[in-house]
Formats: sequence, C-alpha cells, structure tokens
Amino acid sequence: MSRKQWFLIIFAGLAGAVIAFAPLPVRVTPPAQRTLRVEANQFAYSPAVLAVNPGDTVTIELVSTDVVHGLYVDGYGVSVTADPGQTTRLTFTADRSGSFRFRCNVTCGALHTFMIGKIQVGSNILLWRALGLTILASLVAIILFPRPAKAQAA
Amino acid sequence: MRSELTRFPLVKALLKNRWPQLLVFIVMLAGFLFAILSGFIGTPVGSSNFGIVFVWIAWWAILILVAVPFFGRGWCAVCPIPLPGEWIQRGAILEPPSRKPRWLNLRWPNKLRNIWLQNLTFTLVALFSSVILTTPTVTAIVLAGMLFLAIGMSIVFERRTFCRYICPVGGFIGLYAQAAPLELRVKDKRVCATCKDKPCYNGSQVGYGCPWDVFPGGLTRNTYCGLCMECLRTCLYDNIVVNARPFAADLAKPSTRLDETFKAFIMLGAAMIYAGVLLGPWGALKLAAYSVGTTAWLGYAAAFLALIFGILPAFFTLAVKVGQRLSRASTPQHLFSKFATALVPLGLMFWVAFSLSFVLTNAAYILTALSDPFGWGWNLFGMAGIAWQPYLNALLVPLQTLVLVGGLLWTVRTAQKVGTEVRVSPIPVIVFCTLATLVMLGLLL
Repeated sequence: MSRKQWFLIIFAGLAGAVIAFAPLPVRVTPPAQRTLRVEANQFAYSPAVLAVNPGDTVTIELVSTDVVHGLYVDGYGVSVTADPGQTTRLTFTADRSGSFRFRCNVTCGALHTFMIGKIQVGSNILLWRALGLTILASLVAIILFPRPAKAQAA
Repeated sequence: MRSELTRFPLVKALLKNRWPQLLVFIVMLAGFLFAILSGFIGTPVGSSNFGIVFVWIAWWAILILVAVPFFGRGWCAVCPIPLPGEWIQRGAILEPPSRKPRWLNLRWPNKLRNIWLQNLTFTLVALFSSVILTTPTVTAIVLAGMLFLAIGMSIVFERRTFCRYICPVGGFIGLYAQAAPLELRVKDKRVCATCKDKPCYNGSQVGYGCPWDVFPGGLTRNTYCGLCMECLRTCLYDNIVVNARPFAADLAKPSTRLDETFKAFIMLGAAMIYAGVLLGPWGALKLAAYSVGTTAWLGYAAAFLALIFGILPAFFTLAVKVGQRLSRASTPQHLFSKFATALVPLGLMFWVAFSLSFVLTNAAYILTALSDPFGWGWNLFGMAGIAWQPYLNALLVPLQTLVLVGGLLWTVRTAQKVGTEVRVSPIPVIVFCTLATLVMLGLLL
C-alpha cells in the first residue's frame, strides 16, 4: 500500500472517530412540562411518533380503546398499562437525547410484538452519526480503490 | 488462505461418524415436532406459544446471526425437515441397508433445476409472514406442510429434491453461504477425475450418494453443498476436506445465474420491507400486512412485489448501465448478475441488523415459553413469571450501525472486485448500495 493510501486510511479513521464521537452543538431549549395523549388500539399507537425536547418532563396519557395495552419506553425502561376506556399516566424526565422505540408490553393479540411507536428526544443524533459514517465509508472505499488494475488497462 | 479442519483427527472422526449427527438430528426433530404440536394445541397467543417463540425468535436468531454467517449451510446439515422423508427413501437411518427400498426415484425435471421455485416459495412465505410469524396454528400448518411435502418428494424423486429446489429457507441460506468462512471441497481434483465409481455422487456400501445432487469434485461454491458429510464418508481416497477460509471467498467468482440474482434482490427488498413494516411505527402498514385478502393487503402485496421484482432491479440495472457508460465498456455478458454478487454481503448484513432488533427485543419470551410451552399456565423451570423486557437495549443501535456500515464496506470491496473482472466501473453500483444502506439505517434507527 502506498503512503498516500496509508494517509487516507488514517485520515478516514480520524474522520470516522470525529463523526462517531465528537460532541455536537445542541440547541438548548428550556425544559418544559409536556403532556402527550396517546391512544392505543390493536396494533398501533396514535400518534405513533412523539417529539419532545431534552430535559422536558414528559407525561404520557395512555388511553386504550379496545383491549389492555401497555407502553414501554426503550432506553428509559419505564412503562405503564391501560385498561380499555381508562386513562393512565406515565411521567418521566427526557434526559437522554435520541430516538427511542416505545412498545406494547402487555400481550394484546397477534401483532403484539410489533405494536411499536417512536419518541424523539431532541434530534436523532445517532442516526445522523450513522448516516455520516456510511457516506464516509463509501467515499473512502471509492477513493482508496478508485479503479481496479484491469479496468485502468481497459 | 485456507486451513483444513479435517486434518484434526477428532474433527474428522466426529464428522465421519454418523452418531453425533444423528443425536443432533433427533434433538432437532423432537423440537420441530413439538413446535408443530404446540402450534396446534397451545395458546393462540403467539408470544406465549413455544412454536412461535422457538421458531421465529430462537431458531431465527441462531440461523441468521450465527449459523449462516459463520457456518453457511451448517443449518442444512442438521435440519430436521427432510429427515423422515430421507429415512423412508433410504430405508435406513444410519448406514445404507443391504436391500434398497423401491421408490419412484425420479429425476427432478431439467427445466426446474434452478432456484426460481425457491424464490417463489420464499416470496409467498414473505407475503404472508405477518400472519405466519404471529399465529401459532398457521406456523404449525406451514411447518407440517413442509415436513409432509419433503416426505412426499422423497418418495417420488431422488435425493433431497425438496431441500435443493423447494425449501424457502434453503434458497437464501445457499446464497449467503457463499459468504461463510467454511467450505467443503476436494483436496485434489485430479483424484476425482480418475476415480471410477464416484461413490461420493453414486453412493456405496458405506454411505449414500450426495443427497444434494452435487459432485464434490466440481464444487467451487458453497451454494448447493448441504454439508451433510456423506462424501467425507464415502470417498475412497480421503480426498474430501472441510476448510476454514476467509469470509466471502466464493464471491470472487461472481454468479451469472438470474435465479440467484433475483434471490439477492428478494432478500434485500424483504429485509427493508420488514424493517419498515414490522419494526416501524406505522400501524396501518402492519394491519395491511396482517389482513390477508383485504384491499389493504393486496396493496401491501403489490408494493412488496413491485419493490423486489421491479424497483430494486430497475435502479440496479440503471446503476450498472451508468457504470458501463463511465467505463466506455462494451457489453460484457451477465453484467447484471455479476454485479448483483455485491448484494450478497449487503443483504446478509441487512438481515443481521434487522434480526438483532427483533431478537434482542423479544428474547425474553424464550424463557417464559420454555417454562410454559403451551401457554397453559405451567411453570416447568420456574421462569414462566419472568416479565418481558428488551435485552442489551443500549447496545442495539451501535451494533446495528456497525453491522450496516461494515456490510457496506464488504459490499463495496465485492463490487470493486467484480468491476475489475468485467472492466466496468463499480461506482454507480456502490452508490446504489450506499443509498440502500442509508434507507435501512433510517428504518432501523
């Protein structure tokens, strides 16, 4: 491997580390109390995607319109259960940024394991980092091995 | 760079002896029959039924996260589905009997000697998967159907025709087995060329002819070798070896077969659709996929088929054509199929990333289903009361990112090697694969 290629690999490694781990500027919004009403029925939440700001105190009011449903928030490990027609509340502080799935944790029928929603706390930084790494990986591979030997000959 | 594993006497003895394989077979067959039984008589609640939990969570996890990436067709070597049929066909469970039973023993028709039927069976299972994956009775019917079809085909046709040409799982295992760091090959092809009786293919007193209808002397890819080890037992010249090798060694020889090419598109598209429909937040999509026969389901099925047989191949064709233009190359034959080899590592890593999410989230059901397999309130091992919770949640996103970015790098290298061979720029194909990876990341993260 030539010196140029080694240089590119080291540069790509550093760039990858920056994309993966560098702290990003965060838009600071004063924490607020947020109450979000979520309806659950087989096999969907409505709304299915929630958005809050980091630091918000979030109260989810879960209303089930058919059978008993639950709501478990990945990454936070908090949950709540709602009987049909009743409203139950789950309050937690959204102190971790990112996108988290929430899912039914009470067996509610055939598609129970796929009854999923999303809560977005601030921006989905992990997704942006992953997209950046993907593009970097692709670019580096193309630059590092631009044209195979035989192709050059052609 | 290969290392012969069968040079170790213990490994060779274990592989040649029929008893270790039989013991694994018996455990697998018992589990398989128990899964069918629990599907029929157990609770209709999928997440509490042994059949659903063990087939679609436990088995799937082992298959896609371990067996296929590391052992290729290793699963086929211990799969219980063809066993009863094979035992009936052979008239024996272990060594060949002195008198063979007289079954029809027909050759599979030449026109069907490809994996188009496997593409069809996988697509059918995929279209109905929301129901199959979640309804114990339907899972039991599908598993029992496969078992009886395999038995029927063993009576009518020679060898393992079901595994080779029909099994919906076998098709994609064969495709991705090319990426595995394990292979069965011959030491010296000249020995095979001079071997008169070819017992590895025709059988002998000590073993059966290749159940997969493969002549080991001609093996260059893992795709159709079921790793059953019959040839290791029958070879008179000790010429069969099992090697550890670099990942994806087979991909250096790109496939030119359109049936295999479309298998790659089917698998790539299905992984993306599952990531969106099953793991996404869109309830209407899930309901559409589940409500078989309704207008919504027909729309879902049409979109599914359009993506895997139309949109993905069309964009891929465009990428290949642009690459050709960039290189000012003439039209080498089978360009489309050859470049589609790059989709093998990409598709495999898409499935790994999808399965990580599905399996880690639902693994807790394995413990409860072990203790209460029928959902009847039993507590055999004291684990029935374990509350559901996802495992390794914090690691999931980094793991999926690693798998998808790593998969893309692997794909890029494969595309570049194909580009070298056909003298066409791989960059447009790399762009196609990068865009597909970005979409998959968006769906999963």
